[in-house]
Amino acid sequence: MSFVTIVFYLMAFIALASALYVAASKNLVRSVFMFFVTLFALAGLYVLSLADFVAVTQVVVYVGGILVLILFAFMLSGRETLGGLQQVKNRLLAVNQVPALVLAIAFFAVLITIVFKANVNHLNWLQLAVAQHNVITPEIITINNLGVNLMTNYLLPFEAISILLLMALVGAAHLARKEDVV
Amino acid sequence: MITLTHYMVVSAALFCIGLYVILSKKNAVQILIGIELMLNAAILNLVAFSRFDKVNNSGQSFALFTIVLAAASTAVALAIVLNVYRRYKTIDPGKVNQLKD
Repeated sequence: MSFVTIVFYLMAFIALASALYVAASKNLVRSVFMFFVTLFALAGLYVLSLADFVAVTQVVVYVGGILVLILFAFMLSGRETLGGLQQVKNRLLAVNQVPALVLAIAFFAVLITIVFKANVNHLNWLQLAVAQHNVITPEIITINNLGVNLMTNYLLPFEAISILLLMALVGAAHLARKEDVV
Repeated sequence: MITLTHYMVVSAALFCIGLYVILSKKNAVQILIGIELMLNAAILNLVAFSRFDKVNNSGQSFALFTIVLAAASTAVALAIVLNVYRRYKTIDPGKVNQLKD
């Protein structure tokens, strides 16, 4: 069992455990902060999968942007939501959450069955990639190639996503503006 | 060596936790967190498969696009949450039962 495998299992355990805590916690603030831990562990998994730039973007955009935004909206949404959450009964599993749990577990069973039946490690294009030495190895720096590809192969999606981000931010600013008449 | 199956199992588990969060929570912010968990599961799959594409980097590029998409959707969703709270004084999606004023 190599060091990389141990780190992978550790990161996967941290990610899944903190995600379960997000799902189980009654306290909104605690679940938001455990979501931080999930995102950091996922960034570690991306590094193990040799995608350094995606991991850095994950930390910058998610932890720096989205979580700050969530905390900001959470602080703006008033004291009543905080107060209402504290008085929830301290049972682990309420009765009205059983259907959600059953559906999630059933969907997980379906996904696991598909993953093991698909035999993903022996797909044709993967073996072709291995035969053509098209596999990223730890010595290779991918950021250069990624930048070139973003500006050539994926230029149309890149421009489309930038327009969409601009539209979303302008729309969000318009929606969150304080109106005179409610 | 870590195989693709490991990544896909972790991703499936994360996706189902996100699904459970979306279905069971009574708070719009927590539902948004569930959606982010599901998007992260998808990004994990993209990144895991991108190891076998050194030339085109398609998995990593679309993982980056997905992260940007998540940022845009969060900005809009939180603006909507703030507006809903201003109108209804609650952010429980089960209690918001009309879209007009």
